[in-house]
Amino acid sequence: MNRAPGRRLTAAALTVVALATGTTACSSGGSSSAKGEDSGTFTIWDPYPQFAKDSAWAKLLDDCGSEAGIKVKRTAFDTSDLTNKVLLAAQQDNSPDVLIVDNPVVSTLAEAGVLTTTDDNKLDTSKADPNLLAAGQSGGKTYGTPVGANTLALYYNKEVLKEAGVDVASVKDWKSLTAALAKVKEAGKKGITFSAIGTEEGSFQFLPWFWGAGAELTELDSAQGESALALWSDWLKKGYAPNSVINNTQTTSWQEFAGGEYAFAENGTWQLANAEKAGFDYGVLPIPASGGGNAAAPTGGEFVTLPVQGDTGRYATSQKLVSCLTSTENLYATDTTLSYVAPTTEVQDKQVAADPKLKPWVEAVKAARGRTSDDLGTKYPKISEQLWKAVQSALSGAEAPKDALAAAQDAVK
Amino acid sequence: MNHTTHPPDHTVRERTGAATAAPPPARTAARRRPTSQQWAAWAFLAPVTLYLVLFYAYPLYRNLDLSLRDYTVRSFVQGNAPFTGLENYRKVLDDPTFGPALVHTVVFTAVCLVFQYAVGLALAVFFNQHFRLSATLRALFLVPWLLPLIVSASTWSWMLNSDSGIVNSLLSVVGVDPVHWLTSPEWSLTSVIIANIWIGVPFNLVVLYSGLQSIPHSLYEAAALDGANAWRRFWSITLPLLRPVSAITLLLGLVYTLKVFDIIWIMTKGGPADASTTFATWSYRLGFGNLLPAFGPGAAVGNLLVVAALVFGLVYLRVQRKQAMA
Repeated sequence: MNRAPGRRLTAAALTVVALATGTTACSSGGSSSAKGEDSGTFTIWDPYPQFAKDSAWAKLLDDCGSEAGIKVKRTAFDTSDLTNKVLLAAQQDNSPDVLIVDNPVVSTLAEAGVLTTTDDNKLDTSKADPNLLAAGQSGGKTYGTPVGANTLALYYNKEVLKEAGVDVASVKDWKSLTAALAKVKEAGKKGITFSAIGTEEGSFQFLPWFWGAGAELTELDSAQGESALALWSDWLKKGYAPNSVINNTQTTSWQEFAGGEYAFAENGTWQLANAEKAGFDYGVLPIPASGGGNAAAPTGGEFVTLPVQGDTGRYATSQKLVSCLTSTENLYATDTTLSYVAPTTEVQDKQVAADPKLKPWVEAVKAARGRTSDDLGTKYPKISEQLWKAVQSALSGAEAPKDALAAAQDAVK
Repeated sequence: MNHTTHPPDHTVRERTGAATAAPPPARTAARRRPTSQQWAAWAFLAPVTLYLVLFYAYPLYRNLDLSLRDYTVRSFVQGNAPFTGLENYRKVLDDPTFGPALVHTVVFTAVCLVFQYAVGLALAVFFNQHFRLSATLRALFLVPWLLPLIVSASTWSWMLNSDSGIVNSLLSVVGVDPVHWLTSPEWSLTSVIIANIWIGVPFNLVVLYSGLQSIPHSLYEAAALDGANAWRRFWSITLPLLRPVSAITLLLGLVYTLKVFDIIWIMTKGGPADASTTFATWSYRLGFGNLLPAFGPGAAVGNLLVVAALVFGLVYLRVQRKQAMA
């Protein structure tokens, strides 16, 4: 007896559901150009949530906006969030006017058709260093201009090395570096820390060694690649590097180094300000290649890009805005606040003149390689994922370096 | 809001594409002239239905749609991804990660459930004794539940750090070699299970404790008079009478545990390699953890999880109905 009204209600509910679904599906098409109407306000998305409204960076954006005669609306995202946010916005035809984005993402967004080329948006990229610009190029087109660059090098703790009796000038190749680590360990200190976590950061940190061995991303299981991975896993086995590197982000790895027990740490330009605060005397050394000389490290840092707009008339103003942001004067200010190396020789010289400590970093940036360069483009993310997995398998002892890399190469194909 | 308050006969005419959604009873109801009572019913129904559609039905539909199309970043933006049927599911099933992820999901869920329930029940029975300070202590046990997951997971990850974690330094005091809790393929799954059990116990404790309150005390007194010892009373009174509460606790626990993501992601990122990857973390990694998102396969894995939870939900309903009939 009780059942009947209940069932009728359910049926009615289902009808309403069906109707409402139909209506929402129809209405979603109409509300696309929510932002386009306001021609006086330009939107900028950046991955710098650490900069608040009153920061120098936010002020610079406002100033460049008023110079171009427009109002700037800035939104900062966490960098790992930004790719998907941009894809979703593009899907809804709601892209920002100016997008500042991590360099390996540029080729993915270009592949998605989200970004305009420099042919369309008339951005001047002639001053940027070609090795940095390469990360933003694919298929012969350029999709933006670098706003600043960073890369990896070895920080070392002078006090620890002195105690262990290591002369840092003797560290020239992998052999001498490993010997130095052995001495440090004998002296009761800790060797080296880096980040081998199972994300893009892990691949980023492994690449200088991978490239320094002469390996190429197109062939993960080469003998050179194996030697690079064997170097890392031997360090772990011998206790020169802590087991925690497998789970270290670059930040946690830095915290280990900042504790003052470690002789070396592989980390980036952006830690310079923290190094000054660490409370011990530190130095910076380019990452050595296996047989001597400097290894190519991957370039980090962001690109300024102009996403595709429904109203193509907006590009001219956006271009003015970006030209202001990347003018020599403003680049200098921006890269100083970001603790980045500038992408143009002119500004780099200015930076070194102001702070001689930046010299090894400028050299490292000049020798650096883009991860998506060499027309790897959107192939890179897949290769990178397999690479970090292989690194994790080898370091955790699950697989020998050779087998891990062979499996990785298989999975990429 | 407007459209939902249209008279029902209007809705029946309009929903041509979704004929299956309205079974015949609605039609007969619609043909009669709506009484004011029915109008009121519709008005009451509208907000919740709209809410359900917008926030549950539509995302679910989108997820299903994502998993059935071949989305690249380009077709995601342009919205012209070709329909590929079950291709994404085939891809996911063939992936070398599928096997380990399935095993880890099953082990993670089963072990967590068993321990959370057992420990939760033991504590509930213990606190049911109403000794002095029992209320305070019980409240303290809720702390893991109240802490934000990012705090508890980060804390666990510090404690279990191979080199500087407190657990390993305690182990070294008693002469045990350090264990690579988070960084060895043998231990990483165990570590996240331990952390998740710790987080899940309070929920079980609270629900089971309130279940215990509804068992009449006279039963225990009668059993004691009959000479049943505590052990016997637990197995013959507590556990059988707690069965409905246990069932719902386990079912909710199952759904929560299946989809556990934050703890694993914060502690190990599913690593090293795939050693602690479950379906939840795998789905996230496919969709968001890479520079080049694979939306299709990511959605497919997510849907497999939804289906698994649904199956257990239906099993629960069936069992419950059987119990009600009996």
